[in-house]
Amino acid sequence: MGLENVIAEALPEILTTRLDSLINWARKSSLWPATFGLACCAIEMMNVTSSRNDLARFGAEVFRASPRQADVMIVSGRVSRKMAPVLRRIYDQMPEPKWVISMGACATSGGVFDNYAIVQGVDKVVPVDVYIPGCPPRPEMLIHAVMMLQEKVMKESVRDRRDAPDAEAREAITPGTLPITDGSTLREPRKDQPLPYTIASTHEKRRSF
Amino acid sequence: MSEPQQPDNSIRPEVKDQQTPSQIAAALQRQHPEWVSEVIEALGEATIIVPRERIAEVCEWLKTSPDHEFNFLSDVCGFDRGPEEEPRFEVNYHLFSTTKHHRLRLKVLLNEEDVHVPTVTGVWRTANWHERETYDLFGVIFDGHPDLRRILLPDDWQGHALRKDFPLRGYEPYSLT
Repeated sequence: MGLENVIAEALPEILTTRLDSLINWARKSSLWPATFGLACCAIEMMNVTSSRNDLARFGAEVFRASPRQADVMIVSGRVSRKMAPVLRRIYDQMPEPKWVISMGACATSGGVFDNYAIVQGVDKVVPVDVYIPGCPPRPEMLIHAVMMLQEKVMKESVRDRRDAPDAEAREAITPGTLPITDGSTLREPRKDQPLPYTIASTHEKRRSF
Repeated sequence: MSEPQQPDNSIRPEVKDQQTPSQIAAALQRQHPEWVSEVIEALGEATIIVPRERIAEVCEWLKTSPDHEFNFLSDVCGFDRGPEEEPRFEVNYHLFSTTKHHRLRLKVLLNEEDVHVPTVTGVWRTANWHERETYDLFGVIFDGHPDLRRILLPDDWQGHALRKDFPLRGYEPYSLT
């Protein structure tokens, strides 16, 4: 995102703690989720915005169908191998800053679907900030996850989310390869085989270790 | 073989000329004995095992014959009896007639070395996706199919997932476990 780069370049040696808390407060107060309903958890996700549960109390009720306008991707349901590249592309289309909530047992670990068709945890595809257990989780648990994410947002620094250097970014992206990462290639790059398609932003690298 | 029972028309009394599966099988055997390898009757259903090369002809005849009018292909599905069985694969065709309300099952047996079947997309266009699914999950090749691609699994998938010798978690690097 532009703001982080500008601050990092213009004020390389200035502590930005007060600015951080202002920006983070603005960000956490209006988290816009991207709808990524994949299975039965999506029913509970829809219920969260209903009058009974009312996620609007915490500023996260504006579900956006376009990833360009979203901050949080709530992965609700099991991610199939065929859906994984799509999910990764949606994530890549979201502008920084962005966060991911893995909702339910299937998105978190594959759940009962321990087979060839289902990705065993969405964190193999995108970095996850908050995991929710349950099958499906109750709406209160999703609200709790949003509130935990808000706490996490308040602890961030704007410097964390500046873009990776160009050389690093070019190395990390290999067109045509599967947009799947298990984190191992980030730890020790394997030269003999193509790298998985990983996004080149500093915050993902930081969180993937 | 016991006496063929009469079809039960109590549900849809307006439907005329309904036949039981065994009556249809008997008619097919009488008129085209070379198309019928075997007839299996169980639980009021009849399964006709058809030689592989004849399946498209049989389907065409069953669809156009005025006595049968099987104008609806309910299902095409594969079946893997296991790698030690011979013949290993089956392809099942479930037919239905919307005008006469009778049903029939056709079956083709395939050896593992030669999993080719003539397509029936020329008879029922709906067979297109059914045959793609059977190809995707069992690796049965439908000769003459206009567009035999995978339909459920990703295009770059290795192997056929519903075969008995396919590992449950798939092959590397797709297993992601």
